[in-house]
Amino acid sequence: MNYPLWKKLIVVVALVTGILYALPNLYGDDPAVQISASGGGQVGSDLGKDVRALLAERGFVPKSEEGIPEGVLFRFDSTDVQLQAYDAIRETLSSNYTVALNLAPATPSWLASLGAEPMYLGLDLRGGVHFLLEVDTQAAIVQAMERYVSDLRTLLRDEKIRYLTVTIEGERLQIRFRDADAAEKADDLMRRTYRELSFSSSEQDGTPVIYATITEATLRETQQFAVQQNITTLRNRVDELGVAEPIIQRAGENRIVVQLPGVQDTARAKDILGATATLEYRLVDEQADVAAALAGRVPPSSRLYRSRDGEPVVLKKDIIITGDQVVDAASGFDSQTGEPLVSVTLDGQGARRMSDTTRDNIGKRMAVVFIETKTEVRTVDGVPQRTTRKTEEVISVAVIRDHFSKRFQTTGLDSPQEARNLALLLRAGALAAPMQIVEERTVGPSLGQENISRGINANIYGFTAIALFMLVYYRLFGVFSVTALAANGVLLIAVLSMLQATLTLPGMAAIALTIGMAIDANVLINERIREELRAGMSPRTAIDLGYQRAFGTILDSNITTLIAGIALFWLGSGPVRGFAVVLCVGILTSMFSAIMVSRLLAQLFYGRKARVTHVSI
Amino acid sequence: MEFFKIKHDIPFMSYGRLTTTISLVTFIIAVGAILIRGLNLGVDFTGGTVMEVTYAQPANVDSIRGALQSEGFDAAVQHIGTTRDVLIRLPVDEAGSDKVSAEVFQVLRQQEPSVKLIRVEFVGPQVGQELYENGGLALILVAAGIIIYLSLRFEWRLAVAGIIANMHDVIIIVGMFALFQWEVDLTVLAAILAVLGYSVNESVVVFDRIRENFRKLRKASVTTVIDNAITRTMSRTIITHFSTELAVLSVFFFGGEALHNFALALTIGIVFGIYSSVLVASPIAMYLGVSRENLMPVEKEGADLPEHP
Repeated sequence: MNYPLWKKLIVVVALVTGILYALPNLYGDDPAVQISASGGGQVGSDLGKDVRALLAERGFVPKSEEGIPEGVLFRFDSTDVQLQAYDAIRETLSSNYTVALNLAPATPSWLASLGAEPMYLGLDLRGGVHFLLEVDTQAAIVQAMERYVSDLRTLLRDEKIRYLTVTIEGERLQIRFRDADAAEKADDLMRRTYRELSFSSSEQDGTPVIYATITEATLRETQQFAVQQNITTLRNRVDELGVAEPIIQRAGENRIVVQLPGVQDTARAKDILGATATLEYRLVDEQADVAAALAGRVPPSSRLYRSRDGEPVVLKKDIIITGDQVVDAASGFDSQTGEPLVSVTLDGQGARRMSDTTRDNIGKRMAVVFIETKTEVRTVDGVPQRTTRKTEEVISVAVIRDHFSKRFQTTGLDSPQEARNLALLLRAGALAAPMQIVEERTVGPSLGQENISRGINANIYGFTAIALFMLVYYRLFGVFSVTALAANGVLLIAVLSMLQATLTLPGMAAIALTIGMAIDANVLINERIREELRAGMSPRTAIDLGYQRAFGTILDSNITTLIAGIALFWLGSGPVRGFAVVLCVGILTSMFSAIMVSRLLAQLFYGRKARVTHVSI
Repeated sequence: MEFFKIKHDIPFMSYGRLTTTISLVTFIIAVGAILIRGLNLGVDFTGGTVMEVTYAQPANVDSIRGALQSEGFDAAVQHIGTTRDVLIRLPVDEAGSDKVSAEVFQVLRQQEPSVKLIRVEFVGPQVGQELYENGGLALILVAAGIIIYLSLRFEWRLAVAGIIANMHDVIIIVGMFALFQWEVDLTVLAAILAVLGYSVNESVVVFDRIRENFRKLRKASVTTVIDNAITRTMSRTIITHFSTELAVLSVFFFGGEALHNFALALTIGIVFGIYSSVLVASPIAMYLGVSRENLMPVEKEGADLPEHP
């Protein structure tokens, strides 16, 4: 009976590492307040000092203070102090900072310096909201097409090429011309200007027509960009909510996952996140007669809109800029008059278009249309149908006082409140495409806590029951098996902590399950040893053979479970994924501990004696 | 201590007709239940909204239902756990929008200000459909993966026998869920897949023994070889299933409502897993004509002969 030194060393090293990295999970959390710069910027170097002074002034004693990648984190002894300090800090700091409540792991610094961290708890354990948002990328494409319509008109007009109409026709743009000469010139010009469009010439009802199609690559880019821009917007909106560790991630082609741990006011979170809106700046059609328009006689190049309080306004169909060209909108006060105002910043393309428009239209009025997309599901003939309802409202009408481009201000607002609202709406409208929540999972904080204790209980009772049974049934080898099982638990938790994989409630069930299944390997070994003994082998040979012969079977039976685990991880989502991770890791650690750890113990016990006459199994 | 001191091989294969009949009958009942009663799919798969709320005092389910009805919500309201906790379900056409949960909670708060929101789950119909499809896909992939692995490691006859035994378990789990109208959610799917992976272990262990026996018992008939393999592994099979079941039971009793059906699915899977791997897989392998020659090439690997006898 022999067991090489290197194998013993592996077991020892693995166990020591395992214990070290599993340890942080025992220390729990400190209530903490986390301060970071809004919009992912850098915090000033004085921030820590300022907040410390503030806390000292108010008489709050933080347990400790530490720099974190996002900013500064203050730990407190109790949730009460944490909440009071949170209010004090939030009142005092400017809006450039995001102040958030957090539960910071109380890992001792010597462990933290080794990179040891507790497991990352999923939302079902820590409480919070999970949203899955779907971006309507089709709307982004339609929007892009509308922009092209407008751009093409401007281009042709500027170059004095006469055209009849520019319209959207299904998936492509149709540009009709009076004569072939104009069409030819336009074709040449457009091809040079818009490399992202592909053009084809044709004829319809005797007039030349050019069709423009957005190339496949550009379409994809537009969709990608729409999702990306929504992610950016969501990040900013989440900042408003003050969440310590938000997760905002792209999921698949056109979806975004938003996870807000610790958020309790889900209605507010949803209001802030779910406001799916876009903006359009349009010129007011000064020639149009509002009364006539109300009676249904709207000029062909214009449309009738209504403002928030129902006032009718006739606007030109040409869009000057859309929300995605708005980079920023902020409310403030005029430094001279003290009047409330909203200042708007545009991107380069938007600035160019705004410049072109305002140059020729000083003294005329410009309006902002706020478009909100609401989705309803109705059952038609027993089949749920998703219908999207679009509401369009004019949120601001202002006179163009000057020629401007990149930056401009809207004044003449009644109150600072109104300025704030307008800025908020403009920012909300700075989205490329509407999105909607397609999945929501909210877990209250008390349920999260309850789930943790349930998960822990299930594991403790499960482990105890199995341990008792093994001890009674296999005696000394039962002790080896149970020790191996405990080692498996430690290693599993250590690996999960190292991977920082999300632990969910099904994940905790999977820990219990893997512990139950892990014993399989030990049972296989122990039964095999018994059998060898029965067949008349000497005790040591029986132990050796038991381990050797069981190995192939253990491998086979675990690999099939691993296959299931991998498929679950691949196709599962959320909590089920957490289950799959634990299952897969648990299979690997259980094989290691069942084979290596229990073997080491058997070796230590039976390998040293000169004669072994009896095996306690 | 030892429960199973079996001196002689039990002639399992001679019960083939009986076990096949039992399997067939349970199988037919399960499939019948699935076809007739259908599955009670949870919000994960159908889409819709589920809300859990808690009250300071015992809540009256009827008055809550009434209040919601008068606001136009067609909600199913029931107690969950205690009389103070209430579960509200809204079907997908009622709950198509993520706004519904907020509106419903508003109604509840007007009726009784002490109400607290414990949990909300909203799944859009499309997401539900996708989760359903992905679940089915996972099931197929796992089955295919296991067949491929078993064919490589053993032989196609054993692989097919193993997977049939497994599918038998899966159908029975699903059938039970259909029969008793227990709710099938994502965790149940996870449990079914875990059973698929776990239960095939049993077949693997028996097959391993069959292969070994073909080598050792040169003169024995196929039936004797299989009977011996089953008898020799039975003790282990029952003990491991028993200990896994201990873990599953503790999840069932202590893991809370959310894991109830998960543990239930695993329990059914484990119980039928013992039966099917022993009494379904092996007879099928025999009917398919498994023989010494089939398993010979693998034998040559000779991996498990001791190096130091």
